[in-house]
Amino acid sequence: MADVIQEITTLTKEDFTSDQMVKWCPGCGDHAILSSFLKVLPELGIRKQDVVVVSGIGCSSRFPYYVKTYGFHGIHGRAAPLASGIKITNPNLHVWMITGDGDSLAIGGNHFIHLLRRNLDINVMLFNNKIYGLTKGQYSPTTPAGKKTKTSPQGTIEHPFNVGELAIGAQGTFFARAVDNNPKMMSEIMLEAGRHKGTSLIEILQNCVIFYNNVHADVTSKETKDENQLFLRHGEPMIFGKENDKGIILKGTHLEVVRIGENGITEKDLLIHDKYQRDPGIQVMLAKMAPPAFPVVLGVIRSVADFTYESRMDQIILSEMETNPIKTVDDLLNSGKTWDI
Amino acid sequence: MMTTKRHKVVELENVVVRFAGDSGDGMQLTGTLFSEAAAVAGNDFATFPDYPAEIRAPQGTVSGVSGFQIHFGHKEIFTSGDLADVLVAMNPAPLKKNLMWVKKGGTIIVDTETFNDKSLEKAGYKNNPLTDGTLTEYNVIKAPISSLTKKSCEDLGLDIKMILKSRNMFALGIMFFVFNREFSSADEYFEKKFMANPLVIESNKRILRAGYNFADTIEALSSITYKVEPAKLSKGKYRNITGNIATAWGLLAASEKSGRKLFLGSYPITPATEILQELSIHKSLGAKVLQAEDEIAGIVSSIGASFAGAFAVTSTSGPGLSLKTEAIGLAVMTELPIVIVDVQRAGPSTGMPTKSEQSDLLQALFGRNGEAPVVVLAASSSSNCFYYAYEAGKIAMEHMTPVILLSDGYIANGSEVFKIPKMTDLPPIKPPIVEAEDLIYRPYLRNPEKLNRSWAIPGTLGLRHRIGGLEKENISGNVSHDPENHQLMCELRAEKVKRVANYIEPQTIFGPDSGDLLVVSWGGTYGVMIEAVKEMQDAGKKVSLAHFHYINPLPNNTEEIFGRFKRIIVPELNLGQFVLYLRMNFQKFRFYQYNKIQGLPFMVKELVDKFNEILEEK
Repeated sequence: MADVIQEITTLTKEDFTSDQMVKWCPGCGDHAILSSFLKVLPELGIRKQDVVVVSGIGCSSRFPYYVKTYGFHGIHGRAAPLASGIKITNPNLHVWMITGDGDSLAIGGNHFIHLLRRNLDINVMLFNNKIYGLTKGQYSPTTPAGKKTKTSPQGTIEHPFNVGELAIGAQGTFFARAVDNNPKMMSEIMLEAGRHKGTSLIEILQNCVIFYNNVHADVTSKETKDENQLFLRHGEPMIFGKENDKGIILKGTHLEVVRIGENGITEKDLLIHDKYQRDPGIQVMLAKMAPPAFPVVLGVIRSVADFTYESRMDQIILSEMETNPIKTVDDLLNSGKTWDI
Repeated sequence: MMTTKRHKVVELENVVVRFAGDSGDGMQLTGTLFSEAAAVAGNDFATFPDYPAEIRAPQGTVSGVSGFQIHFGHKEIFTSGDLADVLVAMNPAPLKKNLMWVKKGGTIIVDTETFNDKSLEKAGYKNNPLTDGTLTEYNVIKAPISSLTKKSCEDLGLDIKMILKSRNMFALGIMFFVFNREFSSADEYFEKKFMANPLVIESNKRILRAGYNFADTIEALSSITYKVEPAKLSKGKYRNITGNIATAWGLLAASEKSGRKLFLGSYPITPATEILQELSIHKSLGAKVLQAEDEIAGIVSSIGASFAGAFAVTSTSGPGLSLKTEAIGLAVMTELPIVIVDVQRAGPSTGMPTKSEQSDLLQALFGRNGEAPVVVLAASSSSNCFYYAYEAGKIAMEHMTPVILLSDGYIANGSEVFKIPKMTDLPPIKPPIVEAEDLIYRPYLRNPEKLNRSWAIPGTLGLRHRIGGLEKENISGNVSHDPENHQLMCELRAEKVKRVANYIEPQTIFGPDSGDLLVVSWGGTYGVMIEAVKEMQDAGKKVSLAHFHYINPLPNNTEEIFGRFKRIIVPELNLGQFVLYLRMNFQKFRFYQYNKIQGLPFMVKELVDKFNEILEEK
């Protein structure tokens, strides 16, 4: 045991850096995400042979090749069942699933919601750049309505998904959001996601420098981020703005932006973030906030404890092994009605 | 009671009995209890349930008829039988639907009290078939089953509707008399099933005996009864088993033998669902079952499980196999072991879900993008499913390849007597698992003989590697778009599957090694083929049977066998899929074909007629 602890505590970023050439476009948000991830892995305190990185198809899904762990680059949309099969088979493995808005919300939409519903202890990083990059610029399920792309030359006529709303609606127990140009924020969230027991979903607002450059600029750029980002911390009031003078209150059944000091509003009137609240009402409203009327919330929006699929399955198997008289296949073959000749 | 018989007892070699009623009449149970009595008597037997796709189709109509056929004998039994010697029809609709399956001169037992205007109309009869001459060629036993059932229990104080639910036991009692069966196995069933309700045990026992006594008092029945002597089965322990249960158990056996825990990712689909249900029960054997959100998740979760070191399986039927297509390609590329069980049904599309067919063969062989060879096996009977599920697991794990196991609705739902094997008698399964910190390990380094790569399981120190659907560089497994490497890898994957032929049993022949006609068949038609070929051989014809379990690769001696016969015929329940494959592989032979695609099994007679026709052809 001492050896194991020793081995884990001395791991560094280099222990997880693969020898493969990283082939994302220069300036792509993925580079920063990879860098943060490589930094977080040693901090999680897991043996290096117990980490598995799984993906589907898309730019994001090349990720496993660039991490020196067990890795599986699957087929389009199917990262979730791939990861599920791995985790169910060996719950000791620490499974990360890397996916994108096309991979998990379009072709893999079905698997995505069922993964969340089953609450397997899998960490999902969904790179949301609101576009199909690898196929060169078609609209995705998160592309804003009206956006002109190669397959919507007159503007899209579809209502986009909000990732948080969808995930929480699918019974997700953990939802967080980060931006690709803030490595510290990403690392902090990845660490918390890695420690959450259950499916942890991180939506990373990621920039596609080629096909949808500055897609998240209103949230991430130097000029606008203070006014348009609200980083949530559990138990703290929801404050944002360059001067830290704005906040969120619940008025009636909806949220509202207020200015502290105006109309008698004080910090005490602001909503206090409760990521552990099981009732997802406020959390969904927060996840849906968007400029210009609201800031975008970042950080851990929801984190509730519930049983995981694989732990329940192992419990049932253990109890069946103890109580069921059929212990071997020979027992099974000879069970029930048999006769001798 | 059993000793009061005054009649003549005729010995029979084999008999076919068909029970038919409404979906809610309990025909499957009646058939099962009759089968158990046949087992107690030491007969060999095979059964087949014939039920509608609807759970409870409109009562009294032809579409709601549920049937159960059993073929039992003193001789060895291979199929559930062609035409029935005895039909039990609980209502007019079952009679209408099943009359075509009764031998001319056969016995038909009906509950006359159900032949009223309303039910005749529902069944689509213009006149009453019991009186209009429809049945003149049959020996019809008109039994007032409903009223005698009621009467037998009138003093028990039970609800009349409840009593009438056991009408099927009256019919079973009649059949017990006719075939000189013991009550013991049925009584045991009542006692166990209705443990909480002694009155219901009593009523069922009474109704069963009322049917028996009724038969004893009716001259048409009591003058002659039949006896089928015990079959000459080899010494051992036996049980009755359906193909789907046998498949599930064969998979569990492969898991135990290999030391790899079983993982099943599957989605419910007729007629494969029982495999999913059965494996869900056996968690005490460590089996992990994920009822997936769809067919694709079923196989992809299995591929993940295989990567993580499980013996991974997915089970489905034709439409599901179509959905799994892309993922099978992923398993081909990643060279991970996985068994895909396809219980075939009549297609295309939704087709006829409860009817059987052999029409997924070409899909199994070729239905993928790119050059994606897989091993294809086909089970030949209900009990044989056990051995080929086991073999599929053995090949998948030892050769690191996906294996498609073809079963079909007929053998999957049908049952037969199964001699219980001992685990120690099954061949070993030795997956090529890599030890921790193996310095020689490379993800796509191959075994020089079999050409399989090795199984490096996550969690093992020193073997971290990445795989996926992109083309792999030989040995290193790195992503590669190199043209020559791609050709090499395509050839290696094909050769790996081809070399499985060096590790399987050679093809056997039933009958002489050479002759005038070789019948070539595969999969679930084995029973009827052997009966037809036996009949030909008994008539002095030089006919033999080569029934294939290994479809891809074919056994190494296949060509040599074909060369020893003057003519070859390939009968299949499709429009000619295996024959197309054989023509592709063995161009120097001429293959006759005989195809039936009605959702029904072959009949011995039609095969014999066809074989004779070919023998006589100039």
